[in-house]
Amino acid sequence: MGNQVARFLARRSLQALPLLFVISVLVFLLIHAAPGGPLAIYLANPNVRPEDIERLRRALGLDRPLWVQYWSWLTAFARGDWGYSFSDGRPVIARIAERLPATLELAAVSLAGALLVTLPAGVAAGVRRGRWVDRATSALATAGISLPAFWFGLVLQIVFATGLGWLPSSGRSTPGADDFGDHVSHLVLPALVLIVVQAAAWSRYLRGSVIDTLAEPFVAAARARGIPRRQVLVRHVLRNAIGPVLAVVMVDAALLVSGAVVTESVFAWPGIGSLFTEALARRDYTVLMALLMLTSTAIVVLNLVADLAHALVDPRVALT
Amino acid sequence: MRAPLVVLALLIAAAVAAPVIAPYEPDRIDLARLRQAPSAAHWFGTDELGRDVLARVLHGARVSLAVGLLSALVAGVSGIAIGGAAGYRGGAVDNVLMRATDAMLAVPRLPLLMIASSFLQPSVMLLVVLIGLAGWMETARVVRAEFRTLGSRGFVESARALGAGHARLIVRHLLPSAAQAAIVSVTLAVARGILLESALSFFGVGVRPPQASWGNMLYQSQATLATEPWLALAPGIFILITTASVNVAGDRLAGRRR
Repeated sequence: MGNQVARFLARRSLQALPLLFVISVLVFLLIHAAPGGPLAIYLANPNVRPEDIERLRRALGLDRPLWVQYWSWLTAFARGDWGYSFSDGRPVIARIAERLPATLELAAVSLAGALLVTLPAGVAAGVRRGRWVDRATSALATAGISLPAFWFGLVLQIVFATGLGWLPSSGRSTPGADDFGDHVSHLVLPALVLIVVQAAAWSRYLRGSVIDTLAEPFVAAARARGIPRRQVLVRHVLRNAIGPVLAVVMVDAALLVSGAVVTESVFAWPGIGSLFTEALARRDYTVLMALLMLTSTAIVVLNLVADLAHALVDPRVALT
Repeated sequence: MRAPLVVLALLIAAAVAAPVIAPYEPDRIDLARLRQAPSAAHWFGTDELGRDVLARVLHGARVSLAVGLLSALVAGVSGIAIGGAAGYRGGAVDNVLMRATDAMLAVPRLPLLMIASSFLQPSVMLLVVLIGLAGWMETARVVRAEFRTLGSRGFVESARALGAGHARLIVRHLLPSAAQAAIVSVTLAVARGILLESALSFFGVGVRPPQASWGNMLYQSQATLATEPWLALAPGIFILITTASVNVAGDRLAGRRR
């Protein structure tokens, strides 16, 4: 098994490299193909003279052929040199690193919370299919996936922050009063948005997967052997039903650890997601490139983890 | 099947009839009635320029629904073409197209669209194309899978044996059989398109003011959330009703095991 896993990891990593290469070309072209390219923001500024733009263009190497620019970006990026932020001149890596703790904190709490909701809700709906538990959770889940996350965030702010005054509406802590309680109170609303959105999507998948698994002969066999119902559900049904759901969970996890753009921005949560909207507003394209590559890499890596985990919980799945 | 379709039909009818049924012009500025709470004269209140929120929600529906439906059309047509080509030809074509699909699926959709619309400053039509081009992958995968399994079925084999050409095989035999799966994924693309348009407009890079869309109304409501919360409620509720109806219709089409 160990040997098999090593070979699987080696092969999939080799497949991932061309994938990330294609993605990087795509994103690079998108930013450079736009009118004005990376310096577009200065073209609209009356205080910046055309000769200044020309000087900037040369200083930043933007006058070279596109493929030369791409190649120098790619080789530097692969070596870990992610360049300097266009807006404040600091290394891109430093700007991302300082935002990482906030993002990881929000991601960890939301993922844990969403799993805690998804597991009982998805299993109950699948097992009691067509009954009121199923109809209630399915209706809530449909509402959850239809909900625009940013609007849900605004409504929570209206109700709990400005209306009731129970919780702060934005930020990660109150300056001067940032004890543990203050910290938690800032985390509640953004985490709630992410938990609702994820749990809604995941529980729909888990429900379907539980229904498929219940129809499998091995479940009937386990029941026939007199194994208690609860044990059949946890050891036999849930274990096999969770595999297909992992793929969805892992992609969402990748999006969260690389910065939940919408939720972080609405709640001014000082993480990587907010860094993305700030960088976008200033057309800070070195930061934007780095963040998109980071997210894509996270998606590719966690997809691989999902396939591996699927094969580990379900012996029928081959590592291909 | 009926309830969500009735709701959708009503929404589309309201959007089409917006110029007739809206109580005011959507751009009519009324400096005597700025930021008014909902009342008999202004059901959903007025905004920071005294414009009627109901009128703007109705006119915004035209943009939001059009972007949702048309972007799903773009996504569906490209997805069927790409998935169909991959599934029908197989081999190297399949390999290249599916790797491209994997690559597109590994790029975060909303951030990519935010960058594209921030740098390109798209018109509504270009926005439709951008959202559509960011959403063909799911349809392509579904159609490819259908074509692959159908290709070895008896009725396709016999049509081929009777001398049917590529075009006839695809149009008469493969596409109709793959239609249901494709329609379900396109339905989901409609809901996603509406959510993406509203998110882009909410971040100020989608439909640009003064043209109303549900997303940019929410964007403008953010500044005065504490004092005029009604500005944030109406557009959001309309987005939710629309996407929920589309999703329920999609579930029923897919024949979810109820």
